[in-house]
Amino acid sequence: MSDELTLTEPKDTLPATGEPLLTAENLTMHFPVYGGFPFKRKVGAVKAVDGVDLQVFPGESFGLVGESGCGKSTTGRMLTRLLEPTDGRITYRGQDITRAGRKQLAPIRSEIQMIFQDPYSSLNPRQTVGKIISAPMEINGIEPPGGREARVRELLEIVGLNPEHFNRFPHEFSGGQRQRIGVARALALEPKLIVADEPVSALDVSIQAQVVNLLQDVQKELGIAFVFIAHDLAIVRHFSQRLAVMYLGKVVEVGDRDSLYNAPRHPYTHALLSAVPEASLHDDDAPQRERIRLTGDVPSPINPPSGCRFRTRCWKAQDVCATEEPPLVQLSGNRDGHLTACHFPEDGDALSSGKEIVMDEALRRLEK
Amino acid sequence: MLRFLIRRLSSAFVILILISAFTFLIFFAAPRDPAVLACGKNCTEAAKDIIRDNLGLNDPIAQQYWEFMRGIVMGRDFSVGRCDAPCLGVSFNTDLMVWDTIVDRLPLTLSLSLGGLVIFLTLGLGAGLMAAAKKGTVTDKTLSSMSLVFSSMQIYFLGPIVLGALVFSSGIMESPRYVPITEDPLGWFTGLLIPWFVMALIFTAQYTRMSRSSMIEQLQEEHVRTARAKGMSRPYVFFRYAWRGSLIPIVTILGMDLGALLGGAIVTEMTFSLAGIGRLAVDAVTNIDLPLTMGVMLIGATFILMCNVVVDAAYAYIDPRVRLG
Amino acid sequence: MTTLTKTEDAPAPTGRDAFLSVRDLRVQFSTEDGIVKAVDGLSFDLERGRTLGIVGESGSGKSVTNLTVLGLHNPKTTTVTGEIVLDGQELTGAREKTLEKLRGNKMAMIFQDPLTALSPFYTIGRQIMEPFRKHTGASKKEARERAIEMLTKVGIPHPKTRVDDYPHQFSGGMRQRAMIAMALVCDPDLIIADEPTTALDVTVQAQILDLLKDLQQEFGSSIIFITHDLGVIAEMADDIMVMYGGRAVERGSAAEVLRAPRHPYTWGLLSSMPSLSGNVHEKLMPIPGNPPSLLNPPSGCAFHPRCGFRSEVGGTLCTTDRPELGAGRASACHLTAEQKQTLFVEQIKPRLG
Repeated sequence: MSDELTLTEPKDTLPATGEPLLTAENLTMHFPVYGGFPFKRKVGAVKAVDGVDLQVFPGESFGLVGESGCGKSTTGRMLTRLLEPTDGRITYRGQDITRAGRKQLAPIRSEIQMIFQDPYSSLNPRQTVGKIISAPMEINGIEPPGGREARVRELLEIVGLNPEHFNRFPHEFSGGQRQRIGVARALALEPKLIVADEPVSALDVSIQAQVVNLLQDVQKELGIAFVFIAHDLAIVRHFSQRLAVMYLGKVVEVGDRDSLYNAPRHPYTHALLSAVPEASLHDDDAPQRERIRLTGDVPSPINPPSGCRFRTRCWKAQDVCATEEPPLVQLSGNRDGHLTACHFPEDGDALSSGKEIVMDEALRRLEK
Repeated sequence: MLRFLIRRLSSAFVILILISAFTFLIFFAAPRDPAVLACGKNCTEAAKDIIRDNLGLNDPIAQQYWEFMRGIVMGRDFSVGRCDAPCLGVSFNTDLMVWDTIVDRLPLTLSLSLGGLVIFLTLGLGAGLMAAAKKGTVTDKTLSSMSLVFSSMQIYFLGPIVLGALVFSSGIMESPRYVPITEDPLGWFTGLLIPWFVMALIFTAQYTRMSRSSMIEQLQEEHVRTARAKGMSRPYVFFRYAWRGSLIPIVTILGMDLGALLGGAIVTEMTFSLAGIGRLAVDAVTNIDLPLTMGVMLIGATFILMCNVVVDAAYAYIDPRVRLG
Repeated sequence: MTTLTKTEDAPAPTGRDAFLSVRDLRVQFSTEDGIVKAVDGLSFDLERGRTLGIVGESGSGKSVTNLTVLGLHNPKTTTVTGEIVLDGQELTGAREKTLEKLRGNKMAMIFQDPLTALSPFYTIGRQIMEPFRKHTGASKKEARERAIEMLTKVGIPHPKTRVDDYPHQFSGGMRQRAMIAMALVCDPDLIIADEPTTALDVTVQAQILDLLKDLQQEFGSSIIFITHDLGVIAEMADDIMVMYGGRAVERGSAAEVLRAPRHPYTWGLLSSMPSLSGNVHEKLMPIPGNPPSLLNPPSGCAFHPRCGFRSEVGGTLCTTDRPELGAGRASACHLTAEQKQTLFVEQIKPRLG
C-alpha cells in the first residue's frame, strides 16, 4: 500500500520558474461536423479546445479542472499527442512536437505517459499484468538492466502490488488495484511527464485516496511532472500546486493553488467553488458559505457564445462581454502567475461573504 | 426523409452500376466460352465464330457493356425482335427476353419469400418473447433447445423428409406447386404451404434466438426499470419499453434475409422443384448465359439495396435518436 | 428520529410514528457462486417530511435496500425477509398489483443516470404523463397540462414545446430535472433518490440539490437520499445512516454523524476525502484494502480486515463477534463510547481541517 511507503517531508508549493518542460500555445482542436445536402461536407466544428495556452514545469503537478465539455480531456490527449491539434504549438523541452511524426515522436513518447480514467477498459483483459506493464518497454525496445521481468516486479512493488502477481490477469484485481497497474505501466519508461485523465473518478471514495496518495508519492519521489485532469476541485487542490480552470474550450483562469482557491477572480471559478458540497464540520454559527447557483447547463461547443463564453450563465455579464473576448491576463491584485480572463472580475475575497446569487429560474420561483 | 431517400437511392444507383460492371468483367475473365455450349457436339471454329458474332461477343467488352446499359434505358433491337426498355438483353440459351423471363418468375419468388417471412417472423418473435419472459424456466429451455436443433438443420435435408411424410407416403397433401394468387387463391396457399413451413422452421430458429437474447438485454436496461418504478405493469413495460428496443438487431438481420430471399431462395426452390428467380440464377450460371446472369444479379442486388434503405428508415422509426440524412 | 436516545444498547426503534419503517430487512440473491447477502439485517425509520441520507460505497447494500422498498428486485432470484411498512401498509410480500399502485404514486424513485434511466423511444412528456394517467385516471389532455406544469416547476425553459422533445434532445442537467418532474408528478409521499447527481457536473449538481430541497418543502415529501459523497449528504440530509457490507454501521442526525462520527469506517470515509479548506500538506488517510465480498463476508465485524483500531478493542472480539447497532444515535463497533470519543478527537479530527 502506498501509505506504507516512506515519505520525504512534503515540499512546499514549487515556484513556477525555470524552463518549462512542456508548453502549449494557442492549442486548438476543432472536430469537424458533417452534414448538408446533396453531398456531405464540413458544416461546422465542435470547438472542443479553442486557443489554450499553458506551461508545465519539471516536477510540478499542474491541475486542469472544468466541467464536462470544457475540453480538459481533449487538451490532455493533445499534450500526449494522442490527438493532433488542428492549430497551435506544443513544445516539449524546446522541441516543437505539434506535428512531429511517429519517428520524431518515438524518443519523446517514452517521456510523456498517460493514465486513463477507467481502470476496466484501459487494460487489455487478455494480457497478463506483466505483459501489460512491459509492453511500453517492448515497443520502445528498451532492455532495462536485469531484464524486463525484474523491472516489472520492481514497478509492481512501487505501486503497492504484490510483485509475484505479474502473471495474473486484470480481472483478478479490484478497481483500485487495476488503476495501480495503469500507474505502473505509465512508470515503466521512467517518464518525465504523466498526463492523468480523471485517474480516480471511477473509484470508490476510500480507494480514491489510496490512488491519490500513490500518485503523490510517485510525483514527489521520482520527480515526475503531472498534468492532473479532474472535475473534483477538492482532489485537484490536494494534488496540484498550480491549476487552470477551463470553460467551453478556453482557460478562464490559471494560477497557483492558494491564490486560485482563496481569491478566485473569475466568476466561473467562483461559482464552481461555491457549488462544491462540503462535508462541513463547522458549527452552525460559522460564517455562512456563499451560494451561487448558475442557470442551465454548459452551452454547446459547436456554437459557443460570442465574446466571453461564460457570459450566458454569468450574473455580471454586460454588453461588452458579448462583443469582446476578455484576454487571459494578470489582473491588478493577482499574485504572480495568476491570470484571469474576465471583463468584470470578482474582488477576490468573497468566498465567505455569505452572499447569495441565484440565477436558476426554478429555484428563484420556488424560493420566493 | 426526402433527403435521405434521394441520397440513398442515388448511392444505390452507383452501386448497381458497379455491380453490373463487375459481373460483366468476371464473366469474360471466366475460362469458359458460351459459344462452345451453344454450338453442340460437331462444332468447328468457324461455327463458333459465327455464334460469337451473333451473340455480339466479338465486340470489345466496353462496347458490349455500353450496349447493355444503353438497352436498360432505351431498349434494343435484336434479331429475335424489339426489346423494350428496361431491356436486359436476350438469353443466349432460350432466345427469350431476359426481362420477360424474370417478370415471369418473380411472382413465385415473391410469394415464397413473403409468405415464409410472415410465418417465421410470427413464430420466431413469438417464441423469442416467450422465452425471454420466462427466462430460466422449462419453457425457455425447451424453446431455446428447439431453436438450436432447427437452426442446425438444412432445407435440403428437412424438405425431402417433410415431402416424404406428407406427400409421397401418406398423400395428405399435394406436391408443392405454384399457382398465381390471382387465379386460384386457395391453390396458391395450399401449394406453397410446405415450402413456407420448411423454410420458416429454419429461419424461425434464428429469429427466436435473436429475439430472446435481444429482449433479455433490453429488460435489463435502466429505462425499463424506471418504467416499473413508475408503477407501469409488467406486460406494459415488456411490450412498450423493452420490445421496441429489442427490434433493432432483428430489423437488421431481417433486412438482409429478406433481400437475399427476394433475390432467389435457391435452396428452397431447388428442393421443392419450384421455378423462381433462384432456379433461374442457377440455370443462367451453368449455361454461361451472360444476359440472364446480369439480369438476375441486378434484380437481386436491387432487392438487397432496397431492403437496406427500408431497414435504415425503420431504425429511425423505432429509435428517434437515429437521424436520417 | 426526533428522540435520540443516548444509550447504545436500547432495543431497536419501535417505528410508531415513522412514515416508513424498515425492520430487520434481509435481501439475498442466489448466484452461480453462492448466496450474496446484499442486505443483512437492516432497520431504519423515516419520518414524514424528513430526509434520510444513506452513505456507503459500492456493495454496501444501499441501492439494493431501496429497490427492495419499491419491490423492484427480481422475485425469482431474490429472497427478502423482514418488514417494510409504508404509512401503515406492509410491503414485503405485498401483491404485485398493490405495489404497482404505490409505485410512482405514493413512492417514487429518481435514478442516477438520467440518460439511461429515461427511455430513448418516447418523448419526455409521454414519460411524465404515463404514471399520472395510470394513477389518477386523468385524460390525455389533463396529463399533458400536468406534465407542462411539472416541467415549468423544475425549471425547463419553454416547457410547452420541450414537452414533445425526446430525452436525447435535453442536456444532462435538463434530463435530471425531467426525471424529477416524472418522480414528483403524482405528488409522492416518499422519494427515493439514488445518487441523483453523481453523473452531473458540480454547478449543475448544486442546482439540482437545491431544487430537490425546495420541492421537498413545497410537496412535503420524505426523501431517502443515497450517495457515496459525504459532501452531498451534508447538504441534503437531516439524518444519516452509514452502510457497510449490507449493514448499517452508524446512524444519527447529520450534525452528529458529520461532526462527531463514532465508527472507524465513517472516520475512514471522512479522512480519505480531501476538502476545499483542509491542509494540503496533510496526506489523505485512505481506508486500506477493498470493500468486502458479500458472497463470503468477513467473520465478526465486516469492517475488521480494514480497521486500524482493532488493537484498541483487544482480544478477538472484532473477528468473532458482530457488533450490533443500537437504537437512535448509534454505531456498531466494539470500541467503548469513551474510546470512540477520545480516538476521534485525538487522532481523526485534527486531520480533517
